[in-house]
Amino acid sequence: MRERILGGYDDFVLPFMTGMAFILIYLFIGLIRIFRHMPAQDRTRFFKSLLSPSIMLKNAKDIVNDCLLHVKIFKRNILLGYMHASIALGWFMLIVIGHIEVALYVPQRNGILYYPVFFRYFVKQEGALTLKGSFFFFLMDFFLLIVLSGIGLAIYKRFRSRALGMRRTTRPCLADRIALACLWSIFPLRLLAESFTAGIAGGSFLTKPMHWLFSNFLSNDLHILPTWWAYSIALGVFFLALPFSRYMHIPTEAFLIMLRNAGIKASHPRKGFAEAEIYSCSSCGLCIDACPMNVNKRNLKYSSVYMIRFLRRRNEKKTKAIADKCLMCGKCVAVCPVGVESCNLKRAHRATRYNTLQYNYSYLGNGSHPAHAHADTQDTPDILYFAGCMTHLTPSIIKSMEEIFKLSGSKYVFADKDGGVCCGRPLLLAGKEDAAREVIARNSQLIQTSGCSKVVLSCPICLKVLKEEYKLQGIELLHHTQFINSLIKEGKIKVKDGGESLVYHNPCELGRGCGIYKEPQEILQQVGELRKGEYEGKESICCGGSLGSLTLSYEERGKITQGSLNALTGCNPHKIITACPLCLKTFAEKSPVPVMDIAQIVKENIYTNTYETYSL
Amino acid sequence: MVKFGFALNPSSRIDLDKTDREKFAQLVELEPDVLKCMACGSCTASCTAGKFTPTSVRSAILEIQNGRWQQALDMLKGCLLCGKCTMVCPRAINTRHLILAINEVYQSGK
Repeated sequence: MRERILGGYDDFVLPFMTGMAFILIYLFIGLIRIFRHMPAQDRTRFFKSLLSPSIMLKNAKDIVNDCLLHVKIFKRNILLGYMHASIALGWFMLIVIGHIEVALYVPQRNGILYYPVFFRYFVKQEGALTLKGSFFFFLMDFFLLIVLSGIGLAIYKRFRSRALGMRRTTRPCLADRIALACLWSIFPLRLLAESFTAGIAGGSFLTKPMHWLFSNFLSNDLHILPTWWAYSIALGVFFLALPFSRYMHIPTEAFLIMLRNAGIKASHPRKGFAEAEIYSCSSCGLCIDACPMNVNKRNLKYSSVYMIRFLRRRNEKKTKAIADKCLMCGKCVAVCPVGVESCNLKRAHRATRYNTLQYNYSYLGNGSHPAHAHADTQDTPDILYFAGCMTHLTPSIIKSMEEIFKLSGSKYVFADKDGGVCCGRPLLLAGKEDAAREVIARNSQLIQTSGCSKVVLSCPICLKVLKEEYKLQGIELLHHTQFINSLIKEGKIKVKDGGESLVYHNPCELGRGCGIYKEPQEILQQVGELRKGEYEGKESICCGGSLGSLTLSYEERGKITQGSLNALTGCNPHKIITACPLCLKTFAEKSPVPVMDIAQIVKENIYTNTYETYSL
Repeated sequence: MVKFGFALNPSSRIDLDKTDREKFAQLVELEPDVLKCMACGSCTASCTAGKFTPTSVRSAILEIQNGRWQQALDMLKGCLLCGKCTMVCPRAINTRHLILAINEVYQSGK
């Protein structure tokens, strides 16, 4: 193998080099912009994270899993996963092997950007093919075949997306279409170009037979240059269209993974970390099917993918509409293959508008607190029960919890018996962050000085904010499902099977918000026959009552509630069980079957002393 | 002046000619639900902040309709946006957004 073209240059590399230079400069400027707009402490955090071995390892693992193998998409749909993995991994391997070939055969051309891409054009095979040579040729053809199979699937998906597990996909914009056309043509053109050149540069199981086939009716040598030109132009145009298209996620995603692993969160809806997220969005549209607002095919325009698209185009009006409408249930974040935390972007966007609104919470400082009365005395109960605002609207939960506390012999103090203050999460969700910090600081102080070692909460909304923002030292935070489950396990209360079929609605804030899935299931399996709803666990959908949405009207919420109820009652349960007072109240209004909180059904099926004496 | 031991109070009559209806129109555009209120007071009865302060959505809406928006703003300063009023409202008013919208419209350009 030796160089065929002296000087190692031909004019056809120019389109490729133009595109390449453009994209490299664009990425470099983008990188500087992101760093410049990031808060200083985030920047130092990022550079420090690059030195930590554990984060380095995690970065490498995540980049291979997400950017090359697309494990997350494989878990969703095997064909869809194969389509992404074949193109990403195949292309990556073509680049790597291309470089190895150059390093092995023409080491004097090392470091020239275009050389590995057009390697076959520049070299000539001399003498018999060595084993090493045929091995690399085989690999090149093999990975080209893999990429081509992925492209084939992609073309099929464009016309029948349902076959690959997607009901609805996004509408591509002009730059998307241009980039897509280039992406589809790059690899077939490469195959053609390498096939025509196979007579000179050699080939393997794919290019050699193609060469032989073409030689029967085409004069091969005349077609060499035009196809290499076409290949180069396709690459060049693809790179030129890249920054304006959805395929920008290819170079950006790895960077986003590194930023995320460093623990950086969005602090501005458009700049810094947010910019990395916006450009990492692949516009795949998985969030369209996921969004509970899209029930009955309405409100399609309010999906996260469109919000990110409008953020990218700086369309303030449309971004605002979507940011305010979102339920913040977090399902789009849970299904996102790139892991774009769009809810944080929406929160940051709300903060730009609502954070400056005036407020006055000086009254919080004067509120007396029942927990305080116990602070100095010796007999401080271990457990602080915090019901939360919403639970006060569903007193049945409070009554059940009081009963459970009593029957299990747990000593507790009821923090907000006379109606306490809000936990601060609704303020955070509305973007009034400074106001929320004030409430959080005040409540933290109250809980910290109460002398309790455990806080039991009935409302998952409160639980999430207490877990994430309060920074309580030495205090265990439990949702009442966790607390009840531990009581049952320790034998402090005994429950019986009520003989009813139940279906469990996973509240967004408890499941995706706090990661609590196991405990409610364990309890419900003991008090009745637990059936499966249409959406389980991480995929569960919002009840429609979420505090996250600011502008969703009652009618629109009603549709979401109905959709959610339909999904739950498909298995004909006697009762719907939930673990959030807000879900309970929302469902109770429309549900055809009784809706109950988990605390209520446990209280109904609890063995009490009186019950036992009667039954004896 | 001779003091007679009594005086005339300033009129508590609201002069609708002097109030700025433009802002109210803006508010209606942002959140049309403001027109739905029937002043039942469920929001005030359930209000978390109302335990400690005179926070009341019902009164705030009335004050705004009467053109006294400064009083309305003062009344809503203590609001924690917890959303209880939205849950209890029999007219299904989106009170959280209404409160944000009132603040947005009337706080700007005093």
